[in-house]
Amino acid sequence: MIPEPFEYHIPKNLEEASRLLAQFGGEGKILAGGHSLVPMMKLRLAAPKHLIDLGRLTDLKYIRESDGRIEIGALTTHFQIQSSSLLKEKCPLLPETAREIGDVQVRNKGTIGGSLAHSDPAADWPAAILALAGEIQARNVSSSRWIPASEFFVDLLTTALGGDEVLTAIRVPVAPPRSGHAYLKLHHPASGYAMVGVAAQVLLNEARHIESASVGVTGVGPKAYRATAVEEALRGKAPSRQNLEAAAAHAAEGIDVNSDLYASAEYRSHLAQVYTRRALEKALERAHGK
Amino acid sequence: MPSTILGKRIKRKEDPRLIQGRGHYVDDIKLDGMLHMAFARSIHAHARIKSVNVAAARSSPGVVDVITGEEIKGKLGLVPCAAGIEGLKVPDHPCLATGKVCYVGEPIAAVVATDRYLARDAADKIEVDYEPLPVVTDPEKALQAGSTVIHPELGDNVAFVARLEGGDWKAVESDSSLKVIKQRLINQRLAPASMETRGVVAHYSPGEETLTVWSSTQIPHILKTQLALMLGIDEPHCRVIAPEVGGGFGSKLNLYGEEGVACYASRKLGKPVKWIESRRENLLATVHGRDQINDVEVYVQPDGKVVGLKCWIIADLGAYHQLLTPAIPTLTALMILGCYHIKNVFVETKGVFTNKMATDAYRGAGRPEATYVIERVMDMVARELNMDAADLRMKNFPSPDEFPLDLPTGVTYDTANYQKTLKRLLKISGYSRLRKEQEKLRKQGKYLGLGLSTYVEICAMGPSSRMPAGGWEFGAVKVEPTGKVMVLSGTSPHGQGEETTFAQIAADVLGIPFDDVTVYHGDTFQVPMGIGTFGSRTTAVGGTAIHNAAMQIRKKMARIASHKLGVKPGELIFSEGKIHTRDGAKSMGFAEVAAEAIFAKQLPEGIEPGLAAHSFFEPSNYTFPFGAHLAVTEVDAETGEIKLRNYYAVDDCGRVINPMLVDGQIHGGLAQGIGQALWESHVYDENGQLMTGTLMDYAVPKAHQFPWFETETMETKTPINPLGAKGVGEAGTIGSTPAIVNAVVDALRPLGVRHLDMPLQPEKVWRILKQHATA
Repeated sequence: MIPEPFEYHIPKNLEEASRLLAQFGGEGKILAGGHSLVPMMKLRLAAPKHLIDLGRLTDLKYIRESDGRIEIGALTTHFQIQSSSLLKEKCPLLPETAREIGDVQVRNKGTIGGSLAHSDPAADWPAAILALAGEIQARNVSSSRWIPASEFFVDLLTTALGGDEVLTAIRVPVAPPRSGHAYLKLHHPASGYAMVGVAAQVLLNEARHIESASVGVTGVGPKAYRATAVEEALRGKAPSRQNLEAAAAHAAEGIDVNSDLYASAEYRSHLAQVYTRRALEKALERAHGK
Repeated sequence: MPSTILGKRIKRKEDPRLIQGRGHYVDDIKLDGMLHMAFARSIHAHARIKSVNVAAARSSPGVVDVITGEEIKGKLGLVPCAAGIEGLKVPDHPCLATGKVCYVGEPIAAVVATDRYLARDAADKIEVDYEPLPVVTDPEKALQAGSTVIHPELGDNVAFVARLEGGDWKAVESDSSLKVIKQRLINQRLAPASMETRGVVAHYSPGEETLTVWSSTQIPHILKTQLALMLGIDEPHCRVIAPEVGGGFGSKLNLYGEEGVACYASRKLGKPVKWIESRRENLLATVHGRDQINDVEVYVQPDGKVVGLKCWIIADLGAYHQLLTPAIPTLTALMILGCYHIKNVFVETKGVFTNKMATDAYRGAGRPEATYVIERVMDMVARELNMDAADLRMKNFPSPDEFPLDLPTGVTYDTANYQKTLKRLLKISGYSRLRKEQEKLRKQGKYLGLGLSTYVEICAMGPSSRMPAGGWEFGAVKVEPTGKVMVLSGTSPHGQGEETTFAQIAADVLGIPFDDVTVYHGDTFQVPMGIGTFGSRTTAVGGTAIHNAAMQIRKKMARIASHKLGVKPGELIFSEGKIHTRDGAKSMGFAEVAAEAIFAKQLPEGIEPGLAAHSFFEPSNYTFPFGAHLAVTEVDAETGEIKLRNYYAVDDCGRVINPMLVDGQIHGGLAQGIGQALWESHVYDENGQLMTGTLMDYAVPKAHQFPWFETETMETKTPINPLGAKGVGEAGTIGSTPAIVNAVVDALRPLGVRHLDMPLQPEKVWRILKQHATA
């Protein structure tokens, strides 16, 4: 439980952080809470030579609304999201997801940016950000860009961030009227990560049929993904149990499903379907209530 | 006169310092010039060591020394095993491997460096050239002809075979009216996973030729004797201190090779040496618990009376014996009949070597396995005969007036009223209402299950005739000139809270405020003799020694006070810090009498000065606490997930000294017992690699996974000690595991499920649901 030697850097501003990251290339790693990275380092599964701690960049800790969007700074902790009254009103899927992450200590120290950049295949945030069709801001010394969530998660622990880019913010649309949300998760009994986690965001039309549904799934494959076949199957449909069940059957379609001591691939696929249907049911129930 | 302090919910004396982070654990010990140690461990489960190259490690920054198995050969003794079993095979177990390794994690070499991190880095640079050997991790395969033999010098992989038989089996087997029910049960391997891992600071002073060892241990006195033998140091030169110890659950009732190597290194280098175990090492190389296969056969009359039980136990001991490894499964045999008066018993226990870490004591140590067997069996019998599980149990309980009760296993149960705890449990849980609810839900296709467990355990270990290092305990009480009292105990509590209960016991005898008593334990220079804390013995045996020592003090103080006051000693009462006559007319302060005794100006003839007394309490038997538990579980019909809806427990641990501490022991015990039933399993693959080597993989139970526990206690006192206390440290763990499994099997009864092996992971349940849906 002792990491390999590394050098620790604590930049005073984002520019310095970007510069350090560019300077160290593949040998540098951003520390933004450390609740995924540090355990891996202690097990010597990760051994960055340089650790660049964003802890001083307090201006990356914010939640604000502008132009019909919510923007969240990368260093905002899970607990800040869980307890934000703005988010509870404008984007309740995020606090609901935050509540399911780790334990109190993890939620108090871990950050949304750190989690997304780490891209653990069983982390909770990717499912929610995918379901919300969010965007992720990446900045390097000279430029800044917004990456759509659907392009951000590339593979196991791999994102679309460039070697010199720092993840600085996340933005998601404000939940429209007649929409509903849900995040349902089966916790791994040891790690607390998702054996399966499903984030659903639905929108009803005036006829109270499904205008659109978006579903983000984590814990099931090598990376979190949008269950597009489920979404397609629901477009314009009545929210009947039969329709939901038929759509949810596609939840793990085309996915190379994970297998471990607690859940085989077969069982996990089944869980993905059940949790998808249940998340949709809950989200629809809430949409109807509005 | 009812006690004003025994039986009271008094807050723990030790908590203010512990919850403020002001206690001192081994890792808080920092000495001048202290060096740090790290181990290179085997990555193979079974291999010949062709060579160990330490050159790169030696030249690594900060490294002072590298110690190998070859170096310590003949200079440092073997890891001891104290189990006394006839015909037991004991393989040589060096502190550092030489020639071969027999499990993943076996220590091969130790690096001593100026800093913990540098020691760890250097340990990675030790190059071991292995020649892999065939691996056997399944104890049944280890028993087969042609299996690789882990210790060829011992002939085969069987460490021992023990048989226990009682009753008249000829009569049972010829009775054709009896129903025979058979089942195989697996009690999986677990990790004790105490909050604080192991740790040791060894400090050899070359001038004084003394060895002082701080160790996270449950048995400082036994450790002191064993380390003296291991290192060849005169025992009076050897001191062991157990500072604050953050839990052990039996895993620190041991002497480990790492402790020996730390002492060896300190003596060799003339400097203090610290080793703190990492969590990964703790899961890999601290003893594991359980790991038995039980093939059980019961003989039942048509009316539900169980008349005979046979059990064949295969105990997976791992590669080597630790201190009590082979003794643990023999406790299973001893308690296999549970709280039922079954007159015929046969148990064959086979201890088997495999290429895994040693098993040894883990909370309950052999008794949870026994309770699991008998309580699962009772449910199977009830089901087979279509009787209610509670009725069947009632039918097989001995009546309270049959105690002391001799069992065919050879043990004598002290006192009990099993009917009373079960009746109370059925009442507080609303058992018959729950059965009706179950019936209703079943019609809706929902799965609700009720699981009973009525357990008895063997505690307060124990009479010296049955314990390898003696079963007595030492207690001492000293009154200072200021009238404040110091209590010393040879036990070594490590989280249980006996600083509080022992103070209650002494304060009660001496009639002084609880705050005037301070309890010390865990230092062999402070407490002259002791055995330690394990087997739910600390209050019942250790507390009694303190009680007896305090009684001696009281007697002497009464004589001194009577001399001063001119009354008979028998007329004096000790209460509220005074020693006085019943009417209060004549009275002296407790401190006043203490000063009389110590300053010794006017002592009555024949009375020696001073106020210090000690007692060695030797119990005449074990004690047998018992209880009744009920688990209510729901099974998710779609996913197989199990929800523990309610848990009820009525426990009887004899006299209760502090109900708050009893609650704490029960709650923690329940969590660990439920953990085994639902989540925990220490898994090796067929190559002997540990698959659950981190807490990301090994599912230690967590508070949020549990419902509120409804607990009650009853008090059936034991005559074995004057306190009437039986012990409660392991009760919750022992009682709860079968209650959960019984509840889940009961829930799935409409699907024809008769048994499920632990842990009851949702996938296992889902497969049954799925099978049933397609059938």
